[in-house]
Order: sequence, then C-alpha cells, then structure tokens
Amino acid sequence: MSEISQESQIKEYERIASERKLVLPGDVLGEGRAGQGTYIDQGVVVAKVLGLAETRGNMHFVIPLNGIYSPRRGDNVIGIIKEIVMSRWIVDINSPYPAILSLSESLNTFVDLTKTDLTRYYDFGDVIFARVLSVTKSKLVQLTMKDRRCRKLIGGRLIKITPTKVPRVIGKNGSMVEMIKRKTGCSIVVGQNGVVWIRGANSDLAAEVIYKIERYAHKVGLTNKIEEYLDRKLKERSARGGSE
Amino acid sequence: MSEVKLIDERGIRLDGRRCDEMREIVAKAGILKQANGSGYFAFGNTVAIAGVFGPKEVIPKHLEDPERAIVRCVYSMAPFSTKERVSPAPSRRSIEISMVVRKALESVVFLEEYPKTMIEVYIEILEANASTRCAAINAAAIAMADAGIPMRDLVSSVSVGKVNGHLILDVSGKEDEEGDVDIPVAYYPRKNKFVLLQMDGVLTEEEFERAINLALEGCKKVYEAQKKALRQRYEEVEFEIK
Repeated sequence: MSEISQESQIKEYERIASERKLVLPGDVLGEGRAGQGTYIDQGVVVAKVLGLAETRGNMHFVIPLNGIYSPRRGDNVIGIIKEIVMSRWIVDINSPYPAILSLSESLNTFVDLTKTDLTRYYDFGDVIFARVLSVTKSKLVQLTMKDRRCRKLIGGRLIKITPTKVPRVIGKNGSMVEMIKRKTGCSIVVGQNGVVWIRGANSDLAAEVIYKIERYAHKVGLTNKIEEYLDRKLKERSARGGSE
Repeated sequence: MSEVKLIDERGIRLDGRRCDEMREIVAKAGILKQANGSGYFAFGNTVAIAGVFGPKEVIPKHLEDPERAIVRCVYSMAPFSTKERVSPAPSRRSIEISMVVRKALESVVFLEEYPKTMIEVYIEILEANASTRCAAINAAAIAMADAGIPMRDLVSSVSVGKVNGHLILDVSGKEDEEGDVDIPVAYYPRKNKFVLLQMDGVLTEEEFERAINLALEGCKKVYEAQKKALRQRYEEVEFEIK
C-alpha cells in the first residue's frame, strides 16, 4: 500500500517539477479546496510553504522544497539507536521527535530481560531500516521491524538530504536510485526521512551525485544529466586506476 | 525641537533622498550553507543576516509546549557594526528587540503544526545605520520561508520618522539620532495588519495617520523585494552539472 502511494508521489513530483510553478508563503492559488502545504484565508486557497504548486481538480497542493522530516505512518526510515530503556530502543529518525522501537515490534522470540542485554540485538549507534508503525497527535512515534525490508544496516556511510527531495532521489519507479546503484556498484538504501545509507567502493561518488540531485531537485531532465555525469566520473576513475 | 538641519528647503534629506524615498534594498535568500534557511536584508548600509534552524527538539526541555512550537529568536549586533564597538554580550536593548522580532514572526507561523519543537532564529546585524530591527525582521522572514517553515505570509518591516517637521520613510543614521520621532512597523500583508508598532517621540493623531500610510507604502516595496529574493534562490541556480 505504502509503496503504491510512494510511486504515485514520485510521478506527481516529476510532473510538477516539469511545470515548475514556484510559490511562496502567502501566494494565492485560487478558489477550491486546500490540500497539503496550503490553507484557506478569506475564501481563497493560499500557499503556506515555499514550494511547487499543483492543482488537481479543485484541490490545491504545494510540494515543499525545504523542511524537516515529519513522521507519517507507513514511512520507511533509517534510524540510529540512541538509547535503550527497559524493553525498548529510542531511535533518532532525523526528526524533532524521537521514535520508539519496542521489543515486541522487533523480535519474534521471547527475551528474558533479566538475563539478556538488549544491546545484543541493537546496540547504541546501530543503524536500522524500519517502518513507522504509528504517529499520535502528540507526535509519539512508534517503529516496527516486522517488514520484509526492515533490517540492521551494517557498515557503509550515512548522508542526510532534505527529506522533501527523497522522491526525486528515488526517481520514477526507483529509476534514479537503481541507476546510481548499477553504475557505482554500491548498495544504497534511501529512508523517507532523508537519511541515505551507502556501502561500496564508489560510495563517495554515489554520495556526491545524491547531493547533486538534492540541489537540482526542482529541475527537469535530471536523470539523464546525472547519468552522463556518473559515466564521465567513472571513466576518469578507471583511467586513473589503470595508469597506476 | 532639534537644532540640526536634516532636510533642506527642497525637501531633500542628508543622503539625497526625498522624504518618501527608501534607501537601496538588497535582499537575498539561502546565503548560509549550514542553516536550514537563511536570509540577507539591507537598507543601504544597515545590513542584517538571519539563519533559521529547526523545528527541532526543545532544549532546555521544560520550555516545551505540548500544543505548539516555540520560537527562539536572538538578535545581536556584530562588535564592528557601529562607530563604537558594541559588546557582543546580550544587552537590554538586544533582548527587547529579540522579543519584538519573535512576536512579529510568531503571528504568521503555523506553530501548531510542530508541537513540542523549537524554531531557532539567529539574527546578526553586520552593519548598523538605524532601522536595524526592521532589517532584522525582513531577513528573518526570508530565512524562515527559505527553511520551509509553514507560514501564513511573510512579514515586511520599515521605519518612519519625523525630522524638522517632515515625515520621512526609512530612517537612517543621523535622522535617528537627531530626529524627533522614530516608528518601526512590521506589516502582515495578507491580513493587512501590523505585527510590530513601536514609537518614541510625539506625533499628533493626524501625523500618526500619515506616518502609518507612509510605512505601508514602504512595507509593500520591502515585501516585493523579499519575494524576489526567495524566487531568485531557485530560479537562478544554473543547471549545468560539472
């Protein structure tokens, strides 16, 4: 379910990016219903964030170009274990709100807490790929590891990008990230919270292009340009490797 | 009241401006790399830069509000910003200005969208030549919009004053020191409201009315400059990946 919505979100982003209608807080979008990133004032829909405007039917949206990660149910995120309390882990998910991963949401086996130290499963500083199970109104975030893709990420490096630009890094049906993986030979995991995990020999190059995608996210024809850039860099790299 | 002649017979001010003319405005967005959002705003040689961080976890924890975000605003003048060195430590004056800037910004931000968080706004005056709090608000509004914080609108600010019996727009150095009245205002364009209004000096009711209308014209110009700065941030990024 969440994957389908993510895909449609990416398509939306591509389409909007091609139209490139930049709006600022306070800009009037017209009459209709107020979607994400907008509010109603004196009968008209007004943008409340800096971003790209879009109208679907009579609904107005603004896709923000900057901002922090606000957790939503079903998001796949990369987190770092920050603290262990009683029978749960506190996870930093690159958001103002720390997330809680309880024992029952991470393991299927019975654990006797009097005999076992929880660091055996996830230690301080461990990096995990998890799914957001629930977010309450008071922003209490719960995570779960009970998903096929959820796991501990071992080794590699982490980079942080603006969370609103994650769909662009993933690309249409994952085209962008797949292309980077194929070309650089790195393993890459993108969390919807803007944290990207990269492991492999060319991880520096992968990180570099991801930063570039972030910077030019609101432009069209990005995938091709990134591909050209990667080809050129990899060629230079192999030429240098050959002469040594 | 004042002995110094600040306006000549033709209504031209010391720096050659007319009474309703502002100094040159320079506005930029996204000038700092490390901050989530940043802005630069200058009225002539009054220069302010602002950096916005967050929304982030509240430190110290007891200030946390379970229903809305809090705004922390710090206004400070660089030691080299004035003729005589200003101490970098917070003063009575800078604490007051931090507060009025914070209140002006709070009135446009959707604080309830990020409960239990804090939005930090740091403003540094690089060069001061009167109207620093106006430049500070303008820079901070640009920085907040740049940081992607949900806002009802931007806030634009300008000062008006009275010297030698004339009402003037955008008070500068000497006019501030020798003038009779100084009124900084901040304007919230969508609601057509003022979110900051301070005054020192004495004005008649009719003069006050005129001063406010003068300020309104100035704020509209500032608003356009702020919007232009934010647009340029995204439109001028040249698209050549090297």
